[in-house]
Amino acid sequence: MEQTRPPMSQRINRGLTYLVALAIALWILIPIYLIALAAFSPRQLVYSWPKPLLPTSISIETMRFFLTSYGVLASVRNSVVVAVITLFLSLLIGAPAGYALARYVFRGHHAFQLLILSTRAFPIVILSIPMAVTFINWGLYDTVLSVALVHTAMALPTTVLVTSSVFIGIPKELEEAAMTLGCNRLQAVLRVVLPLALPGLAAAAIFTFVLSWNEVFAAAILTLQNRTLPAKMVVQLNESPIPFRFAGGFFLLVPSLLFIFAIRKYLFNLWGVKLK
Amino acid sequence: MRRRFQWEPYILLLPSTVYLMLFFAWPMLQAFELAFRDENGVWTLEFIQRMVNDVNFWKAVRTTFILIVTIIPLQFLLALAMALLVNAKLRGSDLFVYIYALPLAISDLAAGIIWFAIFTERGYLNTVLYSLGILDQPYIFLNYQTAWPVVAVVLAEVWRATSIVMVVLVAGLQAIPREYDEAAQVFGAGWFTRLWRVTLPLLRPSIQVALILRTILAFQVFAVVLAVAGQALTVLAAEAYRWYGSWRNPHVAAAYAALILVLSLGTTVFYLRTLQVSEEVRV
Amino acid sequence: MAEIRLENVRKVFDRKVVAVDGVSLMVKDQEFTVLLGPSGCGKTTLLRCVAGLEQVDGGRIFIGGRDVTFLPPRQRHIAMVFQSYAVFPHLTVFENIAFGLRMQRQPEAAIRQRVQEAAELLHIADLLERYPSQLSGGQRQRVAVARAIAVHPEVLLMDEPLSNLDALLRLEMRAELKRLLRDIHATTIYVTHDQVEALSLGDRIAVMRDGRILQYDTPLAVYDHPANTFVGGFIGNPPMNFLKGMLRHREDRLEVATSGGTLEVPEAMRSALLAQNRDDVIIGVRAENIEPQTQEAPNTLRGTVLVVEPLGSHNLLTVRVGEEHVKVSTSADFRPRSGETLWLRVHPDKLRWFDPETGQAIRGE
Repeated sequence: MEQTRPPMSQRINRGLTYLVALAIALWILIPIYLIALAAFSPRQLVYSWPKPLLPTSISIETMRFFLTSYGVLASVRNSVVVAVITLFLSLLIGAPAGYALARYVFRGHHAFQLLILSTRAFPIVILSIPMAVTFINWGLYDTVLSVALVHTAMALPTTVLVTSSVFIGIPKELEEAAMTLGCNRLQAVLRVVLPLALPGLAAAAIFTFVLSWNEVFAAAILTLQNRTLPAKMVVQLNESPIPFRFAGGFFLLVPSLLFIFAIRKYLFNLWGVKLK
Repeated sequence: MRRRFQWEPYILLLPSTVYLMLFFAWPMLQAFELAFRDENGVWTLEFIQRMVNDVNFWKAVRTTFILIVTIIPLQFLLALAMALLVNAKLRGSDLFVYIYALPLAISDLAAGIIWFAIFTERGYLNTVLYSLGILDQPYIFLNYQTAWPVVAVVLAEVWRATSIVMVVLVAGLQAIPREYDEAAQVFGAGWFTRLWRVTLPLLRPSIQVALILRTILAFQVFAVVLAVAGQALTVLAAEAYRWYGSWRNPHVAAAYAALILVLSLGTTVFYLRTLQVSEEVRV
Repeated sequence: MAEIRLENVRKVFDRKVVAVDGVSLMVKDQEFTVLLGPSGCGKTTLLRCVAGLEQVDGGRIFIGGRDVTFLPPRQRHIAMVFQSYAVFPHLTVFENIAFGLRMQRQPEAAIRQRVQEAAELLHIADLLERYPSQLSGGQRQRVAVARAIAVHPEVLLMDEPLSNLDALLRLEMRAELKRLLRDIHATTIYVTHDQVEALSLGDRIAVMRDGRILQYDTPLAVYDHPANTFVGGFIGNPPMNFLKGMLRHREDRLEVATSGGTLEVPEAMRSALLAQNRDDVIIGVRAENIEPQTQEAPNTLRGTVLVVEPLGSHNLLTVRVGEEHVKVSTSADFRPRSGETLWLRVHPDKLRWFDPETGQAIRGE
């Protein structure tokens, strides 16, 4: 049987489309490749010029130099602790609100949604400086908790919106079915909604983790000794040797790339603009 | 008979409302208080004056605005292209979506360092130019007397923050029923006409959201500038940081913060006004 | 004993949309009642009020003599089958069916036994270890029903349970449901917009429109004696024919004149029609109660054949009578040509009479 082939012009069009798609993909990938290349070059190569553009001599020397530098591991630990506290706090506080937005019709629904939307893209810069003053008064200044509290404020609106879209995605009938079968509302949520929401909530949590892990400004303002990794790096940026910067940049990048891979299915929900 | 009051939703909203009041609304007010009131509780314009009279102030304002007006149009063009490609559902588009979304997770600091690695004197750009035979000595791009530091920051920001715009646009595109485009196709509209006359007008609400989001984020640009350009450039957020971190003056730092807030609110109102989306156009 | 009694139940959404408008209804113990009506008539809302999934804005609901108006669903001794099935995707078929029993804290052995029973009743005993995603729509439907009957409910509520199945499966499930529900002795309320389902399953049918019940009676009575023109037009395929008529006295008899001819009014209707104090009336007749003749005869309506639709078991004619169209069901071998003139005979007892203003039926002695 003869196969139907699209005409030449259509094939050229499609080829061009692919070419553009590929070019944009390369535009994103090449810089990532370069920083990986720099981070895994031996130290003297980092200073050399011109640099090889292919991974001809791979070494973990630069990475080891970075990780064993004074205070780096401690700051990594701080970063993780801050991110984990942020993640739990924002889920704990935000998920119930997300559930309320998803399931109930009530007076003030719209107003609350507006509050959340308007705080969402808010300049965190504004929060950090007065919060620093407040935290000094509270004796919380220069603690991981203080950073986590501000990061939670930053992540909360997103968490509310994301969890609400997760809950909207779970048919209401399932919960109602559980209630006709003997559950009260809380039992229905725990036995039916939560297990089904888990992947979505995990994605929201991971997203929050990345948000906190990446945040520089508030972390740098709110700490002196107990720096998170990005805060430590930005404060020392101009004094630190080039291999330290390259390895640090790559090290910051890795968890984010892994996490975004883990939640790739949910990416559009996370920033989805529509809300019921 | 009256039905009983439904209190559950309010209980559920209470924690986040309280939290946002405590850690969002309150510090916002406090920022203004710090900016306009000294340690003794006297209302004053002293800190605003110090901010405006500082040598770096107008430089910071200028750079911030230059960055906004160059970055945002570039980002929208690129994001629109990416969103249309994603929406075209090419074979292997899952992979493209993933790659296009990668920068979502990349911090501004990491992005800054990456583009520093490219633009620095012994960096990859000079290497490529050398191997192409264009240069035989490294060119110092990140010299504050040239426009190159701005170019480098613009590229870094376009590279890093276009994905957010793309995601918003894709979400908007997917909310538009395909029938509109197909109908236009049946009536003989070409690709560009369909984009210009059908898709873009329907996409307006998403474009508005993305514009607001991006501009507000752009007023806060900080780590990218520091990492790429070091002392060669300064922006509003970097000045706020310097006043707090280096000079230990929370008042002038708060003045900068308040300025950023006012600018953010101003642009939001501006976009909402100029890009007014009438109810009928909403998809 | 679990009869269901609704007293003046009212449900309003958003303070303005009246979904259920003062419904009173009595479903006897173990009776099968169907709520039938077009979409948006409030039938599902009414069912959800009985289930306790919606709080009523007025009225009372009693189940088995107990006032359950303010009780949550779990305290009403009900089970429900949802239109979308609402089978829990994260649980196996076994755990789905066992869900209600586990909430009752039944011992494990009893759970096993009752799950097995319910599964066998619905022919899904070999699917117990599967997850819902591995099941077809029809199988999920069976799981939903098994889950509901496993708790041995006194009251079974079903919300359009067959509407998501394809036509063939729906026919099969309908017969099976009928058998099943006869055996489990639960008082059942069944919501549907499909009149065939309602006629075939229900002991009694409540026809709803705009949040009110228009008629509550046995299927036969609803079909044969619609309470008003809406019920007559909604139930039956094709719907009941309606013709405008004028009452006229001739000698000592009463007759009704239509644009196609004059029909005799049966003696039993006489006083009721005269009591109306008006001359115009609407007469209704079902397609299968019309007998077409090729010869002119008295007491018939003259009409012209417009369309002949052969439907296998019978033929459906569309006949123009005066200005109105009448559907006539004939035997398969009666095939007039279009344009032909026919005389339609209607047995006087099969004529239904309606008030032209309110649409309400006028009943004789």
